[in-house]
Amino acid sequence: MPPTIEGYWNDLRSTKVWRSVFRSGTGTSTLHRALAVQQNVFLHLASVKMRRRSLAFSATWYLGTMSLATFLILTATGILLMLYYHPSVPQAYADMKDLQFVVSAGVFLRNLHRWSAHAMVFLVFAHMFKVFYRGAYRPPREFNWVIGVILLILTLFLSYTGYLLPWDQLAFWAITVGANIMSAVPVMGRKVRFLMLGGNTVNANALLRFYVLHCVILPLVAGLLIAIHFWRIRKDGGLHTGQVETPAGAPNE
Amino acid sequence: MEQSKDDVTRRGSFIKIGIGSLAVAGCGAAVFGYQFLSPNVLYEPSPIANVGKPDRFPPDSVTVDLVAGIYIMHAAEGFYALTATCTHLGCLTAWKPDLNIIACPCHGSKFNRRGVKIDGPAPRPLAWLKVWVNDEGDLLVDRSTPVPQDHFVRV
Repeated sequence: MPPTIEGYWNDLRSTKVWRSVFRSGTGTSTLHRALAVQQNVFLHLASVKMRRRSLAFSATWYLGTMSLATFLILTATGILLMLYYHPSVPQAYADMKDLQFVVSAGVFLRNLHRWSAHAMVFLVFAHMFKVFYRGAYRPPREFNWVIGVILLILTLFLSYTGYLLPWDQLAFWAITVGANIMSAVPVMGRKVRFLMLGGNTVNANALLRFYVLHCVILPLVAGLLIAIHFWRIRKDGGLHTGQVETPAGAPNE
Repeated sequence: MEQSKDDVTRRGSFIKIGIGSLAVAGCGAAVFGYQFLSPNVLYEPSPIANVGKPDRFPPDSVTVDLVAGIYIMHAAEGFYALTATCTHLGCLTAWKPDLNIIACPCHGSKFNRRGVKIDGPAPRPLAWLKVWVNDEGDLLVDRSTPVPQDHFVRV
């Protein structure tokens, strides 16, 4: 038999190095396929079997997957933008302009980051509406809906904190207005605004705090909740297909 | 040996001590965290602005100080100063000489030159600020101290 691509592929999968990295081994039996998913740290968030119906475009319009894709694009481009951006009052605006006009591919990365941010807000909202109108928020998925609401708030907060970083007029006044809206919170509003801005006005402290929130704290919290969100899809019985389901999880007492 | 429910066990008291110390440590971390996040020194501009000699401002004039964010008004009754920060959501307002009003670019609030709201979402009039003359004869404005309306300073 002449060598085929599939043959080489299977040879590669039987090598000792491959087997030491991927634990599931060769073979195309149902067991092997199930193990390939279940024993992989990334894939194990998904279930080893799913309904063909739940993979159809019409079931989800792939809105959650696309939200994740924008989040990953934003993480990758954001890390690269951090290499040229200093979160300080004299430098922030100039660095943003340098990214546009001086840094190679800087304008591409900045625009990709900006448009993905807009797309992520849109996709997260669309995902939420799709879940709502399909009734996919109903038990046993009600907890995952709550996590989704928190993720929506995190998305908006990431968008808001990123808005200040170019340090232009639009950024400055948008954060001034937003911070004053924050101070309308009863009792502790002014204190929340003070802690948020690190002062009484939008200034150096506010820029640095928003930078740390935008680049470290919020992405970490969002990443953690995204992992729980995906894991709960599997634990709650897979994607909602509109059929009558027996509730997943431990039985009641 | 049989144990009744009221007996204090070694494990039980260790758990209580453990949870208690964690609670104390948690409260301490919350207090330290709050204090850490509140800056003790702010490198913000002084609220007191020196706007120069009073004769800079001709009678019946409105002068904008964009850096300080205030209006210095010279009316027939005397001098007074208004904050230029809109009372709605904190945008910087602008003086419109042709319309004889102060207008906010963000959400369309309008004020007359006494700071009284004419139109728009602003909940309060623009604050009147404390104005006085120092020993060198300069006009000073304290942006952190509001004064009652119609509080004029004669020079």
